[in-house]
Amino acid sequence: MKIAIPVDGKDLESSVGVAFGRSPYFLIYDTETKEENLVVNSASESTGGAGIKAAQIIVDHKANALLTPRLGGNAAEVLKTAKVDIHKTIAGSVKDNIDAFMAGKLPLLDEIHEGRHGKTDR
Amino acid sequence: MRGVTEKQTANMMIAVLSGKGGAGKTLVSVNLASAAETSTYIDCDVEEPNGHLFFKPEEVQEEKVSVLIPQVDKERCDGCRKCIDFCRFNALAYINKIPILFDEVCHSCGGCILVCPKMALTEKKRVIGKVQKGKSDQVTVYTGILNTGEASGVPIIKRLLSENSPEGNKLTIVDCPPGSSCVVMESIEDADYCLLVAEPTIFGVHNLNMVYELVNLFHKPFGVILNKCLEDDNPAETFCIENSIKILGRIPFDTTLGSLNSDAKIAVRENEQYREMFTSLLNTVRKEVLHKTIINP
Repeated sequence: MKIAIPVDGKDLESSVGVAFGRSPYFLIYDTETKEENLVVNSASESTGGAGIKAAQIIVDHKANALLTPRLGGNAAEVLKTAKVDIHKTIAGSVKDNIDAFMAGKLPLLDEIHEGRHGKTDR
Repeated sequence: MRGVTEKQTANMMIAVLSGKGGAGKTLVSVNLASAAETSTYIDCDVEEPNGHLFFKPEEVQEEKVSVLIPQVDKERCDGCRKCIDFCRFNALAYINKIPILFDEVCHSCGGCILVCPKMALTEKKRVIGKVQKGKSDQVTVYTGILNTGEASGVPIIKRLLSENSPEGNKLTIVDCPPGSSCVVMESIEDADYCLLVAEPTIFGVHNLNMVYELVNLFHKPFGVILNKCLEDDNPAETFCIENSIKILGRIPFDTTLGSLNSDAKIAVRENEQYREMFTSLLNTVRKEVLHKTIINP
Protein backbone atom coordinates (compact mmCIF):
# COMPACT_ATOMS: atom_id res chain seq x y z
CA MET A 1 0.00 0.00 0.00
CA LYS A 2 0.97 3.66 -0.38
CA ILE A 3 1.09 6.06 2.54
CA ALA A 4 1.35 9.85 2.33
CA ILE A 5 2.92 12.15 4.91
CA PRO A 6 3.23 15.95 4.93
CA VAL A 7 6.94 16.71 5.41
CA ASP A 8 9.02 19.80 6.13
CA GLY A 9 12.19 18.43 4.52
CA LYS A 10 13.14 16.12 1.69
CA ASP A 11 14.04 12.82 3.37
CA LEU A 12 12.95 10.21 5.91
CA GLU A 13 14.77 11.98 8.75
CA SER A 14 12.70 15.17 8.24
CA SER A 15 9.99 16.19 10.65
CA VAL A 16 6.31 15.74 9.85
CA GLY A 17 4.67 18.93 8.54
CA VAL A 18 2.40 20.54 11.14
CA ALA A 19 -0.10 22.08 8.72
CA PHE A 20 -1.31 19.56 6.15
CA GLY A 21 -2.37 21.92 3.36
CA ARG A 22 0.60 24.25 3.81
CA SER A 23 3.36 21.65 4.06
CA PRO A 24 6.05 22.19 1.40
CA TYR A 25 6.18 18.49 0.38
CA PHE A 26 4.41 15.19 0.69
CA LEU A 27 6.33 11.95 0.99
CA ILE A 28 4.56 9.07 -0.70
CA TYR A 29 5.94 5.80 0.63
CA ASP A 30 5.20 2.41 -0.90
CA THR A 31 5.21 -0.17 1.91
CA GLU A 32 5.77 -3.08 -0.51
CA THR A 33 8.54 -1.77 -2.75
CA LYS A 34 9.95 0.58 0.00
CA GLU A 35 10.08 3.28 -2.65
CA GLU A 36 9.93 6.91 -1.59
CA ASN A 37 8.43 9.57 -3.81
CA LEU A 38 8.75 13.21 -2.79
CA VAL A 39 5.94 15.36 -4.19
CA VAL A 40 5.95 19.18 -4.11
CA ASN A 41 2.76 20.46 -2.50
CA SER A 42 1.58 22.94 -5.12
CA ALA A 43 -1.34 23.81 -2.83
CA SER A 44 0.89 25.36 -0.19
CA GLU A 45 0.89 28.79 -1.82
CA SER A 46 -2.87 28.94 -2.38
CA THR A 47 -4.70 31.91 -0.96
CA GLY A 48 -7.58 29.65 0.00
CA GLY A 49 -8.74 26.06 -0.23
CA ALA A 50 -5.20 24.72 0.28
CA GLY A 51 -6.53 21.71 2.20
CA ILE A 52 -8.82 20.70 -0.67
CA LYS A 53 -6.08 20.96 -3.29
CA ALA A 54 -3.52 19.21 -1.06
CA ALA A 55 -5.96 16.35 -0.45
CA GLN A 56 -6.49 16.15 -4.21
CA ILE A 57 -2.73 15.64 -4.64
CA ILE A 58 -2.80 12.77 -2.10
CA VAL A 59 -5.75 11.18 -3.93
CA ASP A 60 -4.14 11.62 -7.35
CA HIS A 61 -1.03 9.81 -6.12
CA LYS A 62 -3.27 6.91 -5.15
CA ALA A 63 -2.27 6.89 -1.50
CA ASN A 64 -4.27 4.50 0.67
CA ALA A 65 -3.49 6.25 3.94
CA LEU A 66 -2.45 9.70 5.14
CA LEU A 67 -0.38 10.19 8.29
CA THR A 68 -0.80 13.72 9.67
CA PRO A 69 -0.82 15.49 13.05
CA ARG A 70 -4.05 17.33 12.21
CA LEU A 71 -6.46 17.94 9.36
CA GLY A 72 -9.16 20.43 8.37
CA GLY A 73 -12.75 19.55 7.54
CA ASN A 74 -12.62 20.13 3.78
CA ALA A 75 -9.45 18.08 3.31
CA ALA A 76 -10.94 15.31 5.45
CA GLU A 77 -14.06 15.29 3.27
CA VAL A 78 -12.01 14.88 0.09
CA LEU A 79 -9.98 12.03 1.62
CA LYS A 80 -12.96 10.25 3.16
CA THR A 81 -14.85 10.44 -0.13
CA ALA A 82 -11.82 8.89 -1.82
CA LYS A 83 -11.60 6.26 0.98
CA VAL A 84 -8.14 7.29 2.15
CA ASP A 85 -7.55 6.31 5.80
CA ILE A 86 -6.35 9.15 8.04
CA HIS A 87 -3.95 8.32 10.90
CA LYS A 88 -2.59 10.61 13.60
CA THR A 89 1.19 11.02 13.71
CA ILE A 90 3.38 10.88 16.81
CA ALA A 91 6.39 13.03 17.77
CA GLY A 92 9.50 12.08 15.81
CA SER A 93 10.76 11.88 12.26
CA VAL A 94 8.95 10.73 9.14
CA LYS A 95 10.76 7.37 9.45
CA ASP A 96 9.61 6.94 13.07
CA ASN A 97 6.06 7.48 11.93
CA ILE A 98 6.30 5.03 9.03
CA ASP A 99 7.68 2.42 11.44
CA ALA A 100 4.91 3.13 13.96
CA PHE A 101 2.28 2.89 11.22
CA MET A 102 3.67 -0.45 10.00
CA ALA A 103 3.57 -1.74 13.57
CA GLY A 104 -0.09 -0.72 13.74
CA LYS A 105 0.62 1.88 16.41
CA LEU A 106 -0.87 4.98 14.76
CA PRO A 107 -4.54 5.42 15.65
CA LEU A 108 -7.09 6.86 13.23
CA LEU A 109 -7.35 10.65 13.48
CA ASP A 110 -10.73 11.28 15.03
CA GLU A 111 -10.50 15.00 15.64
CA ILE A 112 -11.09 17.11 12.54
CA HIS A 113 -10.75 20.87 13.06
CA GLU A 114 -12.98 23.29 11.23
CA GLY A 115 -10.24 24.85 9.14
CA ARG A 116 -10.50 28.32 7.72
CA HIS A 117 -13.29 27.45 5.30
CA GLY A 118 -12.31 30.01 2.70
CA LYS A 119 -12.25 32.94 5.12
CA THR A 120 -9.75 34.75 2.99
CA ASP A 121 -11.29 38.16 3.03
CA ARG A 122 -10.02 39.34 6.38
CA MET B 1 -26.44 77.76 -8.61
CA ARG B 2 -28.27 77.65 -5.31
CA GLY B 3 -30.54 74.98 -6.71
CA VAL B 4 -27.56 72.85 -7.65
CA THR B 5 -26.15 73.15 -4.15
CA GLU B 6 -29.41 72.09 -2.56
CA LYS B 7 -29.70 69.16 -4.87
CA GLN B 8 -26.23 68.04 -3.93
CA THR B 9 -27.08 68.35 -0.25
CA ALA B 10 -30.13 66.26 -0.96
CA ASN B 11 -28.48 62.99 -1.84
CA MET B 12 -25.27 62.52 -0.03
CA MET B 13 -23.71 59.14 0.65
CA ILE B 14 -21.03 59.08 3.32
CA ALA B 15 -19.01 55.95 4.07
CA VAL B 16 -17.56 55.57 7.55
CA LEU B 17 -14.49 53.36 7.75
CA SER B 18 -11.45 52.48 9.83
CA GLY B 19 -8.58 50.08 9.48
CA LYS B 20 -9.52 48.15 12.59
CA GLY B 21 -12.56 47.12 14.56
CA GLY B 22 -13.51 49.09 17.66
CA ALA B 23 -12.25 52.45 16.43
CA GLY B 24 -15.73 53.95 16.50
CA LYS B 25 -17.28 53.44 13.04
CA THR B 26 -20.65 52.40 14.39
CA LEU B 27 -20.62 55.07 17.13
CA VAL B 28 -20.04 57.77 14.51
CA SER B 29 -22.41 56.22 11.94
CA VAL B 30 -25.47 55.74 14.15
CA ASN B 31 -25.07 59.13 15.80
CA LEU B 32 -24.58 61.06 12.55
CA ALA B 33 -27.57 59.28 11.02
CA SER B 34 -29.64 60.08 14.13
CA ALA B 35 -28.55 63.73 14.18
CA ALA B 36 -29.96 64.31 10.67
CA GLU B 37 -33.58 65.32 10.05
CA THR B 38 -34.05 62.24 7.97
CA SER B 39 -31.49 59.66 6.89
CA THR B 40 -30.66 56.15 5.80
CA TYR B 41 -28.20 54.00 7.71
CA ILE B 42 -26.69 50.98 5.92
CA ASP B 43 -24.76 48.40 7.91
CA CYS B 44 -22.28 46.86 5.47
CA ASP B 45 -20.33 45.04 8.19
CA VAL B 46 -22.18 41.91 7.12
CA GLU B 47 -20.02 39.49 9.08
CA GLU B 48 -20.99 41.06 12.38
CA PRO B 49 -23.58 43.80 11.85
CA ASN B 50 -24.27 45.73 15.06
CA GLY B 51 -26.00 48.96 13.98
CA HIS B 52 -29.40 47.30 14.44
CA LEU B 53 -28.59 46.79 18.14
CA PHE B 54 -28.57 50.59 18.51
CA PHE B 55 -31.49 51.42 16.22
CA LYS B 56 -33.75 48.50 17.23
CA PRO B 57 -35.64 48.99 13.94
CA GLU B 58 -39.35 48.26 13.63
CA GLU B 59 -41.49 46.90 10.77
CA VAL B 60 -38.49 44.89 9.61
CA GLN B 61 -38.77 43.34 6.17
CA GLU B 62 -36.34 40.66 5.16
CA GLU B 63 -35.05 39.27 1.86
CA LYS B 64 -32.72 36.39 1.21
CA VAL B 65 -29.56 36.90 -0.84
CA SER B 66 -28.32 34.12 -3.12
CA VAL B 67 -25.29 33.50 -5.24
CA LEU B 68 -24.92 31.15 -8.19
CA ILE B 69 -22.76 28.07 -7.78
CA PRO B 70 -22.06 25.21 -10.21
CA GLN B 71 -23.82 21.86 -10.20
CA VAL B 72 -22.44 18.85 -12.08
CA ASP B 73 -24.27 16.75 -14.63
CA LYS B 74 -22.60 13.37 -14.09
CA GLU B 75 -23.73 12.07 -17.48
CA ARG B 76 -22.01 14.85 -19.39
CA CYS B 77 -18.76 15.07 -17.36
CA ASP B 78 -15.89 13.22 -19.05
CA GLY B 79 -13.35 13.91 -16.30
CA CYS B 80 -11.09 16.35 -18.17
CA ARG B 81 -10.54 18.29 -14.92
CA LYS B 82 -10.43 21.68 -16.66
CA CYS B 83 -12.82 23.07 -14.03
CA ILE B 84 -10.68 21.78 -11.16
CA ASP B 85 -7.52 23.30 -12.62
CA PHE B 86 -9.27 26.60 -13.36
CA CYS B 87 -10.60 27.24 -9.86
CA ARG B 88 -8.05 29.41 -8.08
CA PHE B 89 -10.05 29.15 -4.86
CA ASN B 90 -9.70 25.33 -4.95
CA ALA B 91 -13.43 24.94 -4.45
CA LEU B 92 -13.57 21.86 -6.69
CA ALA B 93 -12.00 18.44 -6.16
CA TYR B 94 -12.09 15.46 -8.50
CA ILE B 95 -12.94 12.33 -6.57
CA ASN B 96 -14.34 9.01 -7.76
CA LYS B 97 -14.40 10.33 -11.33
CA ILE B 98 -16.67 13.27 -10.56
CA PRO B 99 -16.02 16.93 -9.62
CA ILE B 100 -17.27 17.72 -6.13
CA LEU B 101 -17.90 21.28 -4.99
CA PHE B 102 -17.13 22.86 -1.63
CA ASP B 103 -19.98 25.38 -1.53
CA GLU B 104 -18.49 27.66 1.10
CA VAL B 105 -15.18 27.98 -0.71
CA CYS B 106 -16.78 28.87 -4.08
CA HIS B 107 -16.62 32.58 -4.95
CA SER B 108 -19.32 32.31 -7.65
CA CYS B 109 -17.08 33.54 -10.46
CA GLY B 110 -18.71 31.16 -12.94
CA GLY B 111 -15.34 30.35 -14.55
CA CYS B 112 -15.67 26.57 -14.19
CA ILE B 113 -18.92 26.69 -16.16
CA LEU B 114 -17.23 28.66 -18.96
CA VAL B 115 -14.22 26.35 -19.26
CA CYS B 116 -16.20 23.08 -19.26
CA PRO B 117 -16.00 21.71 -22.85
CA LYS B 118 -18.86 19.26 -22.26
CA MET B 119 -21.30 21.79 -20.77
CA ALA B 120 -21.56 19.50 -17.76
CA LEU B 121 -21.76 22.39 -15.31
CA THR B 122 -24.82 24.58 -14.81
CA GLU B 123 -25.68 27.26 -12.28
CA LYS B 124 -27.88 26.86 -9.26
CA LYS B 125 -28.82 29.31 -6.52
CA ARG B 126 -27.48 29.08 -3.02
CA VAL B 127 -28.58 31.35 -0.16
CA ILE B 128 -25.63 33.01 1.61
CA GLY B 129 -27.39 35.52 3.83
CA LYS B 130 -30.07 38.19 3.95
CA VAL B 131 -30.81 41.91 4.01
CA GLN B 132 -33.23 43.59 6.39
CA LYS B 133 -34.95 46.96 6.13
CA GLY B 134 -36.64 48.67 9.04
CA LYS B 135 -37.45 52.02 10.56
CA SER B 136 -36.09 53.68 13.71
CA ASP B 137 -37.69 57.13 14.22
CA GLN B 138 -36.51 59.20 11.24
CA VAL B 139 -33.81 56.71 10.19
CA THR B 140 -34.33 53.97 7.60
CA VAL B 141 -32.12 51.11 8.73
CA TYR B 142 -30.64 48.54 6.34
CA THR B 143 -28.74 45.56 7.72
CA GLY B 144 -26.80 42.94 5.77
CA ILE B 145 -26.26 39.54 7.35
CA LEU B 146 -23.82 37.00 5.92
CA ASN B 147 -24.29 33.40 7.05
CA THR B 148 -21.44 32.01 9.13
CA GLY B 149 -18.69 30.32 7.14
CA GLU B 150 -19.43 31.99 3.81
CA ALA B 151 -16.53 33.11 1.63
CA SER B 152 -17.47 36.69 0.82
CA GLY B 153 -19.95 39.35 1.91
CA VAL B 154 -19.64 41.25 -1.36
CA PRO B 155 -22.96 39.99 -2.88
CA ILE B 156 -24.83 41.10 0.25
CA ILE B 157 -23.21 44.55 0.20
CA LYS B 158 -24.07 44.92 -3.51
CA ARG B 159 -27.70 44.14 -2.70
CA LEU B 160 -27.77 46.55 0.26
CA LEU B 161 -26.43 49.43 -1.81
CA SER B 162 -28.73 48.72 -4.76
CA GLU B 163 -31.82 48.65 -2.53
CA ASN B 164 -31.16 52.07 -1.10
CA SER B 165 -32.95 54.62 -3.29
CA PRO B 166 -32.57 57.96 -1.59
CA GLU B 167 -35.64 60.15 -1.97
CA GLY B 168 -35.74 63.84 -1.29
CA ASN B 169 -33.49 65.45 1.26
CA LYS B 170 -31.67 62.33 2.32
CA LEU B 171 -28.39 61.60 3.92
CA THR B 172 -27.07 58.04 3.62
CA ILE B 173 -24.50 56.78 6.09
CA VAL B 174 -22.67 53.57 5.15
CA ASP B 175 -21.17 51.78 8.15
CA CYS B 176 -18.29 49.82 6.57
CA PRO B 177 -16.61 46.59 7.65
CA PRO B 178 -13.22 47.04 9.34
CA GLY B 179 -10.01 46.83 7.35
CA SER B 180 -9.36 47.62 3.70
CA SER B 181 -10.27 44.39 1.86
CA CYS B 182 -12.80 43.64 -0.94
CA VAL B 183 -15.83 44.13 1.30
CA VAL B 184 -14.65 47.63 2.24
CA MET B 185 -13.94 48.52 -1.39
CA GLU B 186 -17.44 47.40 -2.31
CA SER B 187 -18.90 49.48 0.54
CA ILE B 188 -17.20 52.75 -0.45
CA GLU B 189 -17.59 52.40 -4.21
CA ASP B 190 -20.72 54.57 -4.48
CA ALA B 191 -19.86 56.92 -1.62
CA ASP B 192 -19.53 60.66 -2.24
CA TYR B 193 -17.24 61.02 0.73
CA CYS B 194 -15.31 58.85 3.18
CA LEU B 195 -15.02 59.48 6.90
CA LEU B 196 -12.06 57.76 8.51
CA VAL B 197 -12.39 57.13 12.24
CA ALA B 198 -9.08 56.88 14.10
CA GLU B 199 -7.87 56.01 17.57
CA PRO B 200 -5.09 57.92 19.37
CA THR B 201 -2.60 55.03 19.39
CA ILE B 202 0.35 53.85 17.29
CA PHE B 203 -1.73 50.84 16.28
CA GLY B 204 -4.54 53.24 15.40
CA VAL B 205 -2.18 55.15 13.10
CA HIS B 206 -1.12 51.93 11.35
CA ASN B 207 -4.76 51.12 10.65
CA LEU B 208 -5.59 54.69 9.68
CA ASN B 209 -2.79 54.54 7.14
CA MET B 210 -4.37 51.42 5.55
CA VAL B 211 -7.69 53.14 4.90
CA TYR B 212 -5.91 56.38 3.98
CA GLU B 213 -4.14 54.48 1.17
CA LEU B 214 -7.42 52.84 0.15
CA VAL B 215 -9.41 56.08 -0.20
CA ASN B 216 -6.54 57.62 -2.16
CA LEU B 217 -6.51 54.62 -4.47
CA PHE B 218 -10.25 55.11 -5.04
CA HIS B 219 -9.84 58.89 -5.48
CA LYS B 220 -12.46 59.52 -2.82
CA PRO B 221 -12.62 62.82 -0.98
CA PHE B 222 -12.14 62.10 2.71
CA GLY B 223 -11.58 63.51 6.19
CA VAL B 224 -10.74 62.13 9.60
CA ILE B 225 -12.65 61.98 12.87
CA LEU B 226 -10.37 61.51 15.86
CA ASN B 227 -12.10 59.31 18.42
CA LYS B 228 -11.26 58.65 22.09
CA CYS B 229 -9.25 61.86 22.31
CA LEU B 230 -7.26 62.44 25.52
CA GLU B 231 -5.23 65.41 26.73
CA ASP B 232 -1.99 63.65 25.75
CA ASP B 233 -0.28 63.60 22.37
CA ASN B 234 -2.42 62.02 19.69
CA PRO B 235 -0.36 59.99 17.17
CA ALA B 236 -3.35 59.90 14.79
CA GLU B 237 -3.55 63.68 14.88
CA THR B 238 0.19 63.93 14.18
CA PHE B 239 -0.27 61.57 11.22
CA CYS B 240 -3.05 63.77 9.84
CA ILE B 241 -0.99 66.93 10.20
CA GLU B 242 2.06 65.35 8.58
CA ASN B 243 -0.02 64.14 5.63
CA SER B 244 -2.16 67.28 5.35
CA ILE B 245 -5.34 65.32 6.06
CA LYS B 246 -8.38 67.33 7.07
CA ILE B 247 -9.53 66.65 10.65
CA LEU B 248 -13.29 67.15 10.77
CA GLY B 249 -13.92 66.48 14.42
CA ARG B 250 -12.72 65.18 17.74
CA ILE B 251 -14.73 62.90 19.99
CA PRO B 252 -13.46 62.92 23.57
CA PHE B 253 -12.55 59.82 25.56
CA ASP B 254 -15.61 60.13 27.72
CA THR B 255 -17.02 57.53 30.10
CA THR B 256 -20.62 58.77 29.78
CA LEU B 257 -20.47 58.42 26.00
CA GLY B 258 -18.71 55.07 26.35
CA SER B 259 -21.36 53.77 28.76
CA LEU B 260 -24.26 54.87 26.56
CA ASN B 261 -22.57 53.20 23.60
CA SER B 262 -21.86 49.94 25.40
CA ASP B 263 -25.53 49.85 26.48
CA ALA B 264 -26.40 50.04 22.75
CA LYS B 265 -27.97 53.47 23.20
CA ILE B 266 -27.71 56.20 20.60
CA ALA B 267 -26.03 59.13 22.37
CA VAL B 268 -27.82 61.88 20.39
CA ARG B 269 -31.20 60.41 21.37
CA GLU B 270 -30.27 60.26 25.05
CA ASN B 271 -28.39 63.42 25.81
CA GLU B 272 -28.67 67.01 24.55
CA GLN B 273 -24.93 67.62 24.85
CA TYR B 274 -24.16 64.74 22.49
CA ARG B 275 -26.96 65.79 20.15
CA GLU B 276 -25.24 69.16 19.83
CA MET B 277 -21.82 67.55 19.39
CA PHE B 278 -22.89 65.18 16.60
CA THR B 279 -25.16 67.77 14.92
CA SER B 280 -22.23 70.13 14.76
CA LEU B 281 -20.02 67.32 13.44
CA LEU B 282 -22.64 66.45 10.82
CA ASN B 283 -22.82 70.08 9.70
CA THR B 284 -19.04 70.21 9.37
CA VAL B 285 -19.03 66.97 7.38
CA ARG B 286 -21.85 68.13 5.11
CA LYS B 287 -20.09 71.41 4.33
CA GLU B 288 -16.87 69.55 3.63
CA VAL B 289 -18.62 67.03 1.35
CA LEU B 290 -20.26 69.83 -0.63
CA HIS B 291 -17.00 71.73 -0.85
CA LYS B 292 -15.05 68.66 -2.01
CA THR B 293 -17.65 67.41 -4.44
CA ILE B 294 -18.03 70.88 -6.02
CA ILE B 295 -14.32 71.57 -6.48
CA ASN B 296 -13.58 67.98 -7.47
CA PRO B 297 -16.73 66.35 -8.85
